[in-house]
Amino acid sequence: MSVLAAVRPAFRAIAATVVPEATSLDADGWKELERIIEQALAARPPRLQRQLVILIRAIEWLPLLRYGHRFTRLDSGRRARVLAALQESPLLLLRRGFWGLRTLALMGYYARPAAAASIGYDADPRGWEARR
Amino acid sequence: MTALPERAYDVAIVGSGAGGGTVAQALAPLVRDGRRVVVFEQGPRFDDDEFTGCELEMASALYADGGGFLTAQGTMTLAFAHAYGGSTLVYTGTSLTAPERVIRHWGVPGLDHADLLRRSQRYLAENNVHLLPPEEINDNNRLFVEGGARAGYRVEQFPVNVKGCRGSSLCNLGCPNQAKQGTNRVQLPEAERQGVEVVTRAEVLRIEPDRTLTVRVSEKPAGAKGRPSEWTPGEYRVRAGIVVCAGGVIGTTSLLLRSPLPRPRRVGEGFTCDPALILVAEHPHPITNDVGHPKSYFVDRGAEQRFVLETCMYFPFTTAKALSGFGADHSGVMRAFPRLQMILVLGCDAATPGNRVSIDGAGRPVVRYRFTDETVAGLVEGTRAAARIFFAAGAVRVHAPFANPPLIEARDAERVNELITTRHFQEGKVAVSAAHLMGGCAMGAGAASVTDGWGRVHGLPWLRVADASLFPDSLEINPYVTIMALADRVAQGIRGDAAALLG
Repeated sequence: MSVLAAVRPAFRAIAATVVPEATSLDADGWKELERIIEQALAARPPRLQRQLVILIRAIEWLPLLRYGHRFTRLDSGRRARVLAALQESPLLLLRRGFWGLRTLALMGYYARPAAAASIGYDADPRGWEARR
Repeated sequence: MTALPERAYDVAIVGSGAGGGTVAQALAPLVRDGRRVVVFEQGPRFDDDEFTGCELEMASALYADGGGFLTAQGTMTLAFAHAYGGSTLVYTGTSLTAPERVIRHWGVPGLDHADLLRRSQRYLAENNVHLLPPEEINDNNRLFVEGGARAGYRVEQFPVNVKGCRGSSLCNLGCPNQAKQGTNRVQLPEAERQGVEVVTRAEVLRIEPDRTLTVRVSEKPAGAKGRPSEWTPGEYRVRAGIVVCAGGVIGTTSLLLRSPLPRPRRVGEGFTCDPALILVAEHPHPITNDVGHPKSYFVDRGAEQRFVLETCMYFPFTTAKALSGFGADHSGVMRAFPRLQMILVLGCDAATPGNRVSIDGAGRPVVRYRFTDETVAGLVEGTRAAARIFFAAGAVRVHAPFANPPLIEARDAERVNELITTRHFQEGKVAVSAAHLMGGCAMGAGAASVTDGWGRVHGLPWLRVADASLFPDSLEINPYVTIMALADRVAQGIRGDAAALLG
């Protein structure tokens, strides 16, 4: 069962703020990114899955108080400021929550072979032989 | 209710890593004497061609929680493997012997450094430990040597236990060329040749006071890597004359806590882990970093400043996770991957009240860990030293999680002490991970310990511990050789007591 389905637009907006290159992903790219995350979440306790959804919903709606708009309606600069506030929060709970969400976004993006290739990561099981 | 199938062994070893694999081989001669010895390993046995080097695929297959086992505070991840060979599958093969000052500090009655060293040297030889020749050293390591010398640090080369290393750089994902001489390549196969049985995908749920183990053998999940278990899936009752717990710090300690035994009060206490940060620096030109052995050199400032620096090279997601922040700056560092140099900073933590392994209501392990001021100070000093080495090696900018902003440009190289400070350490913001898990079943004497100097659990002479959970305090270096030496000692004690305990 999908964890992200209920919060997909907000999750994608967050992921694209964490990794700006994600904005250029096509439908298949997003599908792969989310498949990686769903697979990782499937092994985690349901309680943690619920907490993640609550956090994403909170990120979507809390900017209404400050900016008068939901997270998904903000420009990229304001989105970054919202996430930076979480990352720098004096509350460990919020920092930790954002750290987990950020980790998932980075996993979904950088664990894709296409992303590894795009940054020039070139490790090969054949080692030196593959380079010479 | 159907009775569980029963099996009987003279010796049951729980875990197959540096501790369990060593004990298995060292007790194999008992099989010749007609004794039955079995090893239970929670993870699967992998075939050689299953090590692909793909980051997520291998991390998910080899590590508990994919390498992201979280502490109860949610501020640090712990890396340990579940596989035939345990965590020896995923280390880099760096092979150091215990420092004399540390063993003296442990103060375990009857345990002396010379004895450990003698046993360690035997395993160094058995595992083909040697220094890599200069032509196999990549730029990432060479720059550490050059920068370290220029910055005034004493850089030492790691002896490593490889045979036929092709320089894949993928050690932490399981060597695709089977070059590392872990227990999966050396001790376990030898033990099996001599008649020791190894049962994989077999989790020991608890140990009863009558020396019966409840063992759950799992089915191989559809599409998963690894072979099916040697036993039919299901639960078993296994009677054993002697039980050796070697499931690693988390496995052994949680097993003892789950078991209805009259165990010593100190089980779970004294957890240490050398918390670590991955630091990266950008050079102006591409360097060889994702090819070649990743961890060939180190700087040991443990005694003086409570940190150790090691060369390292990680994979895209692990690297991305280790960097602070997000957005354009973060992406900029990731896009510089072919120009990145990496250093692992390990803080030498000490056994501290409250830092411990416990279990939750369902018997699952829970690790409680708070960073002491001394540990944070060690990590900060280590980060400053790493930054100096990076800049001395020619880096144009350094990413330091204890600086805000974390990117330090070369023009600010002289200001690292001012920019990298403890006030920028915020739990839940800086990515800290640990792979040197130690303590929980400390050796020693009396009520302050769990076992004696031979790994005998106090009050339960048939129950032994033979892994890093024996360490009464941090070892301050890569622990596998010391684990093997201690496990060898535990096995010697078992051989000596076998007649009395087994009849």
